[in-house]
Amino acid sequence: MTAVMGTRMLRKEDPALLTGENKFIDDIHAPGELWMGMVRSPMAHATITSIDTSGAVGMPGVHSVYTGAELQDLGIGVGALPCAWPVTEDMANPPHLPVAVGEAKHVGEIVAVVLASSRYEAADAAEHVVVDYDELPAVTSVDAAVADTAMAHSDLATNKAFHWPLDPNPEGTAAAFESAAHVVKARFVQQRMICAPMEPRGCLAIPSPAGGEITFYSATQVPHILKVMIAATTGIAESKIRVIAPSVGGGFGGKLNVDPDAILSVTLANHLGLPVRWTETRSEAAGSSHQGRGQVQHIEAAADADGKITAVKVHLDADMGAYMMLITPGVPLLGSFLYTGVYDIPNLSFTCDGWFTNMVSTDAYRGAGRPEASYAIERMMDLMAGEVGITPEEIRARNYIAGGDAFENHEAASTLVFDSGHYRPAHDRALEMADVEALRTEQARRRDAGEAKQLGIGMCTYVEICGLAPSRALGGLNYGAGGWEHATVRLLPTGKVEVVSGSTPHGQGHETAWSMIIADKMGVDPNDVEVLHSDTAKSPLGLDTYGSRSLAVGGVAIAMAADKVIEKAKLIAAHQFEAAPEDVEFESGAFSVAGTPSKSVHIQELGFAAFAAHDLPDGMEPNLQEQVSFDPPNFAFPFGTHVAVVEIDTDTGGVELLDYIGVDDCGNQVNPLIVEGQVHGGIVQGASQALWEEAVYDEHGNPLNPSFMDYLVPSAAEVPFMKLDSTVTPSTTNPLGVKGVGEAGTIGSAAAVINAICDGLSPYGVTDIAMPATPKRIWEAINSNGGAA
Amino acid sequence: MDVSINVNGKAHSQDVEPRTLLVHHIRDGMGLTGTNVGCDSSSCGACTVHLDGQSVKSCTVLAVQANGSDLTTIEGLADTARSAGSATGDQNWHPMQEAFQQCHALQCGYCTPGMVMASVAFLEENPNPTEDEIREGLEGNLCRCTGYHNIIKAVQSVAGDAS
Repeated sequence: MTAVMGTRMLRKEDPALLTGENKFIDDIHAPGELWMGMVRSPMAHATITSIDTSGAVGMPGVHSVYTGAELQDLGIGVGALPCAWPVTEDMANPPHLPVAVGEAKHVGEIVAVVLASSRYEAADAAEHVVVDYDELPAVTSVDAAVADTAMAHSDLATNKAFHWPLDPNPEGTAAAFESAAHVVKARFVQQRMICAPMEPRGCLAIPSPAGGEITFYSATQVPHILKVMIAATTGIAESKIRVIAPSVGGGFGGKLNVDPDAILSVTLANHLGLPVRWTETRSEAAGSSHQGRGQVQHIEAAADADGKITAVKVHLDADMGAYMMLITPGVPLLGSFLYTGVYDIPNLSFTCDGWFTNMVSTDAYRGAGRPEASYAIERMMDLMAGEVGITPEEIRARNYIAGGDAFENHEAASTLVFDSGHYRPAHDRALEMADVEALRTEQARRRDAGEAKQLGIGMCTYVEICGLAPSRALGGLNYGAGGWEHATVRLLPTGKVEVVSGSTPHGQGHETAWSMIIADKMGVDPNDVEVLHSDTAKSPLGLDTYGSRSLAVGGVAIAMAADKVIEKAKLIAAHQFEAAPEDVEFESGAFSVAGTPSKSVHIQELGFAAFAAHDLPDGMEPNLQEQVSFDPPNFAFPFGTHVAVVEIDTDTGGVELLDYIGVDDCGNQVNPLIVEGQVHGGIVQGASQALWEEAVYDEHGNPLNPSFMDYLVPSAAEVPFMKLDSTVTPSTTNPLGVKGVGEAGTIGSAAAVINAICDGLSPYGVTDIAMPATPKRIWEAINSNGGAA
Repeated sequence: MDVSINVNGKAHSQDVEPRTLLVHHIRDGMGLTGTNVGCDSSSCGACTVHLDGQSVKSCTVLAVQANGSDLTTIEGLADTARSAGSATGDQNWHPMQEAFQQCHALQCGYCTPGMVMASVAFLEENPNPTEDEIREGLEGNLCRCTGYHNIIKAVQSVAGDAS
């Protein structure tokens, strides 16, 4: 049987999705269900002086209306939402109730909830709840939070929630800056991003008729984590909670939280004995779903006369939003280790202050901390290249870890150990694919001719941390859970294989990838493999999907569980052959005795033998079912080089993304078709941060672009075909040699695009441009510098 | 109001509230949940269906406006192709569904029904489009997963096969 891993196998998930047969959360209903309609604060910060629900009670279809205070009085377990990552012992963490009591802290915060028979009736009734507010001073930007004159939480003396340092060698950093030939400083703003998976969030809580048990359907990336957190928050025993993630229409981090709606639907369903549901509307999401990024980065780099970087110093002011949600404070820290990028930079000093603001909370968004770090160091490399007077290509070449040669186990200045890397081949390949020489010639021609449309070429050589993972490392960061992943592999009586996955897909294609791993391991047809996932009753143990961890942790657990099944099956085969187990070989699914070709049995035939248990070796337990909880010894560190080519209309400030090249290295690939798809989508998401997307707020904290009318998720018309290639440097942290690719594109592309714009505008004296690089910003940058090339 | 629609070749009549959006009537009234809702401003195209042969965003049409119309949703698309003798592949699907799988033009699949319906209607209007024309033609359908790369490839492959 030929290898399945590494082939472009078509996805098993597709038929149901292409015919409308699959079920997303809003497709699932329960008899007698009540719809929640949320009454949300229109104020960023205000005292709630009164709530009059009488206008809603008695409206058609309305079952009941609850204010936050009423829910607390009922004592039904509507506790504060959890933050699983208290990054310091003294971190401020004001209670985040699902429905505000007394004070509203951001536009969109729930102040009352209506239950009605239909989505229309719930929405109608929510409009008829009258709430009086006294407006309080609101903190609606990071700068305002840092100024610390108005408080986001009236009962706190400062907006600062925590201070977190990573400074392994402060003397080294100081000495490097003292002796530097070149120092470059910059301030970058990582604007707030709306996660915007195409499927809005939603949930449905169904109590059992006898009471006490809850089946909770949720459009979530993290059913297992959600189960634990619901139990911890509501007091309902874990054994009585079953969480099911049906088909989930994308997440990008936006569906990994424990949101107010989840706790509300569970507790109200439990209290009322009726199913309770909610589906977010798109415009509602701007105030009801966490956002990504939201950081101001202050960064300095020191270099010697040759442009060899000797130290990087970073301070982040990170916008937490109004409350600490599940991993809000940890997100900026995930980037802290990557501010030295792919470079052999001996010193890193990093600090992060977390600040409360009166905006919806921030939390994970594709890349979560790493795109921000990659952006900052990759912009700095270009700025330093300009300072030293060498090209962006050259400064990177001079600074690569191991000089760009292959390496293993490199200890970076952050003290993290990079598992493996080989940076120069991806760099060379990307420049070759882009044909940078020809582009530079064309760029020079346009500049000489004074053409309105100028070319810009930008590169980014990124590294990321993924496979989130080692439980001890996460413990060292004060994260509230481990990073292992669990898998079970069963060989069934019919010879089919059942895989139980703890990692949880929301578009990645786990069923396909896991089937391919099993096909190769066990020598079976991938169509004989069934993957169970996303249901805590079928898959009780798991830590779900985020941080590009599914394959590098969960996929590896599956491979290891398959090995254990094979090991046990081998004993059965040996018993049948009347041979010693060490004489039995296993190849392409068949056990045979060395030198006796007539004695051969396919592993699938042993499924029935293990099930019937009529003739097993003495002392062997029946059935072929093995499980593994895999906790890798280290993270995995994928990398790559991206090149963006932009055309800038210097008359209008408009930018067109002409070409995009990505050469990525995610270690061994299970399915290149899926890898490319992940990179394509990731690239556009990062480029979109560079060019189009920003959650904009006015000075009162009102979201100004909550809908898809004005929040610019790009369409097909804004992006080009991408040119991709890959190199393969296997990871050393797991037996499959795999790394992870879910976030790589996003981590590489924002810096590549902005570097390209700054390159194109360098004749105008432009060295930086804020994201998103809108036509207005570009036009102003050109014209504030005189506008003359 | 009583609304009668010929949906995927079958007659369907139901009393609906006049304000009901067609997409909610399709999903909640007819129980055809393949057509998705991705926004509230007619921006994303996840709800695209064919109404009397035209591609429409069903969140922008009232159910009562569709009274007396022929409606095709993603659930009925393959049958349409089978009736026309143009179904392809192992699954005997509409060529666009087949192309989407072959080209890996979907990941989470939420935009997919709308994207497929929009692509089918687009090629009926413009059977031999350039890449730019496809991109412009699908501008009203958003996808967050694929970067559109493989979606455009899928549409190109169907256009190429037809010409």
